[in-house]
Amino acid sequence: MGYRYELRFGGVGGQGSLTAGTIIAHAAVFHTDYYATQVPTYTSQVRGGKAKADIIICDEPITFSETTKVDFFMTTHQSVYDAYKADLKEGAIILSDPALVKDIPDEDRKKYKIYEYPLIYTAKHEIGNVVTMNVIAVGICVGLTHVIDKEAVREAVKDSVPPAFLDLNMKAYDLGLEVGEKLKKEGPPKKA
Amino acid sequence: MGRIAFINANAAAAEAAIIAGCNFYAGYPITPSSEVPETLSKIMPERGVPFIMLEDEIASINACVGAAASGAKPMTCTSGPGLSLKQEAIGEACIMELPVVIVDVMRGGPSTGLPTRPSQADIMQAKWGTHGDHPIIAVSACNAQEVVFETIRAFNLAEKFRQPVYILTDGLLSHLHAKVYLPDPEEVEIIERAKPTVPPEEYYPFDYNYEVPPLAAWWPKGGPSYRFHMSSLNHDKTGFPTVVPSFIQHQEKRLINKIMNHIDEIEKFEYYKMDDAETCMIAYGSVAEAARVAVDEARKAGIKVGMFRPLTIWPLAEKQIRDLRGKVKNIIVVEMNLGQYILEVQRVVAEKIPVYGVLQAAGIPIRPAQIFEKIKNPEKSVEICMTEEELKKFGGGE
Repeated sequence: MGYRYELRFGGVGGQGSLTAGTIIAHAAVFHTDYYATQVPTYTSQVRGGKAKADIIICDEPITFSETTKVDFFMTTHQSVYDAYKADLKEGAIILSDPALVKDIPDEDRKKYKIYEYPLIYTAKHEIGNVVTMNVIAVGICVGLTHVIDKEAVREAVKDSVPPAFLDLNMKAYDLGLEVGEKLKKEGPPKKA
Repeated sequence: MGRIAFINANAAAAEAAIIAGCNFYAGYPITPSSEVPETLSKIMPERGVPFIMLEDEIASINACVGAAASGAKPMTCTSGPGLSLKQEAIGEACIMELPVVIVDVMRGGPSTGLPTRPSQADIMQAKWGTHGDHPIIAVSACNAQEVVFETIRAFNLAEKFRQPVYILTDGLLSHLHAKVYLPDPEEVEIIERAKPTVPPEEYYPFDYNYEVPPLAAWWPKGGPSYRFHMSSLNHDKTGFPTVVPSFIQHQEKRLINKIMNHIDEIEKFEYYKMDDAETCMIAYGSVAEAARVAVDEARKAGIKVGMFRPLTIWPLAEKQIRDLRGKVKNIIVVEMNLGQYILEVQRVVAEKIPVYGVLQAAGIPIRPAQIFEKIKNPEKSVEICMTEEELKKFGGGE
């Protein structure tokens, strides 16, 4: 097996984590030559229950679609962070919103590359609409990991968002990309 | 040419139903099956065919039975708790010999159980959920692409045998988004129910002369008018109730035989790396993909293991399972329940070789690593009871 990358987008119901995951998988399937699967997990609560989407991107067909060694984990809720960090591989990249995930144990900071970025605040105050949070996260993910081509993901964002919100989401994606590239260059903060 | 889509297996089942010619849907939404009606609710009105969300599961299956009797190709979709409610009318479809396709996206139970979590615990409900001696056909699939072809096959079997047919998927498979090829109807074989060749005055809806009597109902309208009667009571060839023992025995036997006489064309299965296997895994549905990964791992470690994967769950692949007795030293059945299909395997194997189980009803998928452990140590129970720590390690959480 050549290329295989596992991503997990986790939040609470309503934050758009599942959509974020779908955008990346959609990008891989329709705008690159990779295979991809997306498996969501959620609870019966419509709003506020833990939700995650596991995405596998691979250069050959994917037999078993459960993730076992997650390379990238985006999380916007403490409970989600606690529950779903179990399958992360050593050295995995974590993107979290420090306003919502406040308690990250020191041992995790040693084990993983943790990047904290105020996703919700940025969506609300820089883009002007909190719903763009997940697209910012998609942008940062792509900038940080280069998991697949950024233009492929841009096309997938275009395919996925309502036309009336296209410009706003493009702005959010570009901002995310820029932040992601910057964070990648700087590396994870050393504080423990 | 068909088209490529990135959809989950529920949407794949819905799209495939349309390809197969489904022109009537009645249902009541339930997690984890809701993307089936969600998808159909967009497609069916555009095509001018009925999509009805009814007040509950009982009304929906009855609507489907009625639609089948008036010539439609109906489908309904549900999960375990809804399937319990539908059982009475599924029996009605069996005795009135009406083709209804039922998608059951299995979730944890009993009762409302685990709404969003996968299981395979409806295997026996599909067979014996409705009372009385009756035949049943149930198909399964291990990935979204296979769901497309098995859904089309389910409609074909329903039409061919005038018979309710289940498509059994599960909460994991149903929400798996993957790249799926949706063929054009012209690219696949579509079977329609047999039409009567006799004039209306000579027509009987349950004619003894046929293995599967033709059904004189066209929908949308277009064919000649046939008047006939159907009853959920045991009936003679006219469809009116009877208690004449010889008639009843004949009809009851015919119901079973119309399926069992054609078992070779109904059974569908896959052998995976079985040529020199000494241990045979038996797995179906999404679990089979985990088992496949485990087989590959074990092969790398030099263990001679293969997999028998039934796509047709009911009727049981009895001949194929019996033949395993002479080929392998032991069998490991893997399923997301506490032991249902394994009961049938044990019955058929009849203690000639050991039958072990990886049986888990924990609301999380069975992992390849667990199955691999079992392959290495068949006699050791590694999976039925997992500690909280182990669950976390296997990616548990809520």
